[in-house]
Amino acid sequence: MLGWELPPHNSGGLGVASYNICRSLSKSNIDIEFIVPYDSPHNIDFMKVTPATPIDVTSITRSSIAYDSYKYINSDGSEQLLNIYDQQSIYELSVIKLVEDKDFDILHAHDWLTFRAAIRIKELKKIPIILHVHSVESDRAGSKNGNPLVQEIEYLALSMADHIVAVSNRTKDKIIEDYNIPADKIEVIHNSINFDDIEPISNQTAHTYLACLKQNGYKIITSIGRITIQKGLPNLLHALQEVIRRNPKTILLIQGSGEQYNELLGLSADLGIGANVLFTEFQRGKNLRDSLAIGNLFVMPSISEPFGLTALEAIGYGTPVLISKQSGVSEIINHCLKINFWDIKEMINQIHGLINNPALEVELLNNSKQELVNLSWDSSADKIKNLYHKKLLEVST
Amino acid sequence: MSQKSIVLYLHLHQPYRIKHYTVFDTGVDHSYFNSNQDDNTNNEKIIHKITEKSYLPTNQLLLELLNKNKNFKLNLSISGTILEQFQMWAPEVLVSFQELIKTNQVEILAETYYHSLAFFYSKNEFETQVKIHRDKIQELFNYIPQVFRNTELAYNNDLAIWAEQAGYKGILSEGWDPILDWRSPNFVYQPVNTSKIKLLTKNYKLSDDIAFRFGDRNWSEWPLTADKFSHWLSEDKNATNFNLFMDYETFGEHQWDESGIFNFLKHLLKEWLKNPVHDFKTMSELIDQNEPVDKLDMPYTVTWADTERDLSAWLGNNMQTNAINALYSLEPFILSSNNPELVNDWRKLQTSDHFYYMCTKWFNDGDIHAYFSPYNSPYEAYINFMNTFQDLKFRLINQGIIV
Repeated sequence: MLGWELPPHNSGGLGVASYNICRSLSKSNIDIEFIVPYDSPHNIDFMKVTPATPIDVTSITRSSIAYDSYKYINSDGSEQLLNIYDQQSIYELSVIKLVEDKDFDILHAHDWLTFRAAIRIKELKKIPIILHVHSVESDRAGSKNGNPLVQEIEYLALSMADHIVAVSNRTKDKIIEDYNIPADKIEVIHNSINFDDIEPISNQTAHTYLACLKQNGYKIITSIGRITIQKGLPNLLHALQEVIRRNPKTILLIQGSGEQYNELLGLSADLGIGANVLFTEFQRGKNLRDSLAIGNLFVMPSISEPFGLTALEAIGYGTPVLISKQSGVSEIINHCLKINFWDIKEMINQIHGLINNPALEVELLNNSKQELVNLSWDSSADKIKNLYHKKLLEVST
Repeated sequence: MSQKSIVLYLHLHQPYRIKHYTVFDTGVDHSYFNSNQDDNTNNEKIIHKITEKSYLPTNQLLLELLNKNKNFKLNLSISGTILEQFQMWAPEVLVSFQELIKTNQVEILAETYYHSLAFFYSKNEFETQVKIHRDKIQELFNYIPQVFRNTELAYNNDLAIWAEQAGYKGILSEGWDPILDWRSPNFVYQPVNTSKIKLLTKNYKLSDDIAFRFGDRNWSEWPLTADKFSHWLSEDKNATNFNLFMDYETFGEHQWDESGIFNFLKHLLKEWLKNPVHDFKTMSELIDQNEPVDKLDMPYTVTWADTERDLSAWLGNNMQTNAINALYSLEPFILSSNNPELVNDWRKLQTSDHFYYMCTKWFNDGDIHAYFSPYNSPYEAYINFMNTFQDLKFRLINQGIIV
């Protein structure tokens, strides 16, 4: 399997999804070797994690438009900014060398960064390749005009793939729309969540201030994710301006890093709600969990969201969600509030409705948790396993 | 051999659906039910649609059957909110119902005008609504109902006692197995603690064969012919009555014309009446001609909905109870306002459908709930309702009634 990141060195949902799919697949006696582009310790015993290149990292952060560049913080403390396009070329070459004397039945690659390597392997090894699309370039760019170099790679690789997995119907539609891939070559396998993996929240929250405000009748709205154009956060700020005007005891917590960070800071000041909007950068571990748990409502107003795992995590940690209909996760969660990302008035209406009617918060949470319990990565992995079998059968006949 | 009767009862109701009503409308727009959009809350559009698909063709057929055969009898319940909408937007439908009633082969039942659950929240309001309905039926059909059906067939012992005291000779409930126990719904019963009033229980299996399963090609009994159905009824040797209760819209709307539902009705009549001891009856006739075979005790409220047969489809979650409690808490203020528009809007908001739209039990009964809701989710239905409720409150505050 070719991937770009695994926890704890992940910058987002891609790493979490890759990790969980492999963990579930490994339960059905599938031997996985997972090749990542860096060399760092992972606490993983269910598969072999192999570094493609000897870069030792403690963390990777994405900045700018999604995958445009990666900041590697090396273990000696030095920082390194890599052009992502060159980086994927290095990965490609390293992977080719690495797999020369390895034997495997099928290749499963996650997102465009690994796709060139994947098609090279298909040529060399004559084995089926499955490309797993967690997002396409037009998602990440927030519009049609993405990076043409990346689009070329996606087009070429998706055309050559033996089969494609899309994380949502929405993503499948985009693959068809952007690259003219036949629909029957694409299977939708939604991301998921294991309810048992939700870690207990400790009594002592990292959000002392927000907890205190909540005690005093404030309502907390949270939004967690990369702060990039595809996430649609300016609309949320505009909506909050009106919500706060009607309910001054409302606080918005925006958590994440990205190229829109300063723009949003400025916008919240311009809208006169600076005092009600808190920003924190990308967080992990306890801080992240406590942020997922602190809200009365988690909002994901994305313009384009191939899936949106964070929404599932928010529900898991006890916060009902409002998500845009332009998100993949909205295909599998019914018990939530849904809006079109551009419909600021409706966003105001629904957030206001939730803030003023505690019964709504209770019902949303109880029922969406119930939906979560019915999800599992194992069932997603089962579908992937069936796909493997189908493809291997095709090869042998 | 004793007489066997089919008691066919069709229920007619349409609510005033609340248009998409946001926080921006609260305190500004006091018209809640006037969507003119091409959406599922456009009440006028819906009336026109069902008029064409169901009300007119069904009434035409019913009139034909009633005229052709004096032994064909029928029972109807028609809520006040649908009668108003007919008057406004489809007067020809109202006329067609008047023609049915004129045959003297059709009985109209009593109920709450606003199709509300007022019995469980305010006896006073409940009685007012029953009276308004009675007046409306008398005005439009020159008819005084004698058998009572409560909204959603929500029934318990207390309701039966009330109905007896109010002078009704009969009352309806679901023929739910846990209540009937070893008994069959195909007889006349008496509610406990009453002396005169009689209880008719819905035979939901036979009713649902027509109302829900008729057009279902995956059903093992599909296609259901009049011959077959008639034969099923004949098999129950001792029964006196088969209570087939269903939504009127079964004909043409729930089961499309193409399913053959109209032909089924036509042929059922023919098949069933072939046997001289078979007939159709109005509820009053059945009650007058049959003594109760046993008493039925229903201390807990039973309805005709869902697998639970309780009120949980309307009052099963926090949003629903919160919304309905909030609404009834306004009662003294609304009534003291002496403002007919306020009172009217408040009552239209009591219609049970509003609470049904907030039902979240989608996992088991999902399809039916989703099918009947004009909103994207129960949560949006609730937000919509509460925005409207806040406006009602705003109007009371504005008039100095609530401070």
